[in-house]
Amino acid sequence: MTLLEVLFGLLGLVALGSGLLVVTTHQMVHAALWLVVCLGSVAGCYLLLSAEFVAWVQVLIYVGAVVVLLLFGLMLTRAPIGASTDLDAPPLQRAVAAVVALGLAGVVVVASIDSFAGEDIVLGSDDVGGSSTEAGSAIFRGWVLPFEALSVLLLAALVGAIVLSRRDIGADGGSPEGAR
Amino acid sequence: MPLLMPVLLAGLLFSIGVYGVLARRNAILVLMAVELMLNAVNINLVAFDVWLRDELLAGQVFTLFVITIAAAEVGLGLAIILLVFRNRQTAQLDLLDELAEAEDAA
Repeated sequence: MTLLEVLFGLLGLVALGSGLLVVTTHQMVHAALWLVVCLGSVAGCYLLLSAEFVAWVQVLIYVGAVVVLLLFGLMLTRAPIGASTDLDAPPLQRAVAAVVALGLAGVVVVASIDSFAGEDIVLGSDDVGGSSTEAGSAIFRGWVLPFEALSVLLLAALVGAIVLSRRDIGADGGSPEGAR
Repeated sequence: MPLLMPVLLAGLLFSIGVYGVLARRNAILVLMAVELMLNAVNINLVAFDVWLRDELLAGQVFTLFVITIAAAEVGLGLAIILLVFRNRQTAQLDLLDELAEAEDAA
């Protein structure tokens, strides 16, 4: 066991534990904060896998933006502060969900052990890299067209979100006369 | 590092996300569980990218794309949830059953 493997194992355990808390806790704000822990430790895993740029993007966008958006959503839907009992489905549905999730986990674990046991990721050599230099040149050389398409998609999503949340273009057809 | 470590982590995290999507009633908590599933896929992409030593860094670039799309998805999803909340005063998914068949009609 190298130091790298021990660290990765610990970060993985933190990610799994906080992920479990995200889906089981009874306080909505706590769920969002546990999500920060989970996403942060996944970013640590990226760092250990030498994907430096992806790790910092994960911290910036997921931990910085997405979680803040989710907290805004909690605030705007008047989520209860403190423990509440109506966040989970009825026990029967929860049991079915647990069976499905455990079944899926079993299939994935068995299949990946069957396929990838003994394979090693060799880290630390020169041709493995995810620094911002390498990631940047990969994006802007090989992947520049998908990157541009993605920016259009982001713009469309932004416009969609604005249209959805404006009150003055509503059920009365969205015509300029209908604006209040 | 054995390839199994990130792959197993991703599989288990994905299963946790599946449980969250199926077992939660609140729409925002379901969105959080979807984020967990997206993250599991990202771990897989990065791990296999590093394992295969891809010259184009396809896995890592795809991870960046997935992160961007997840941000767009959360923005749109929250806008929809807020609209539902404004119209129905609730974000509980099982109360939004207007389109379901009435149970006594069967």
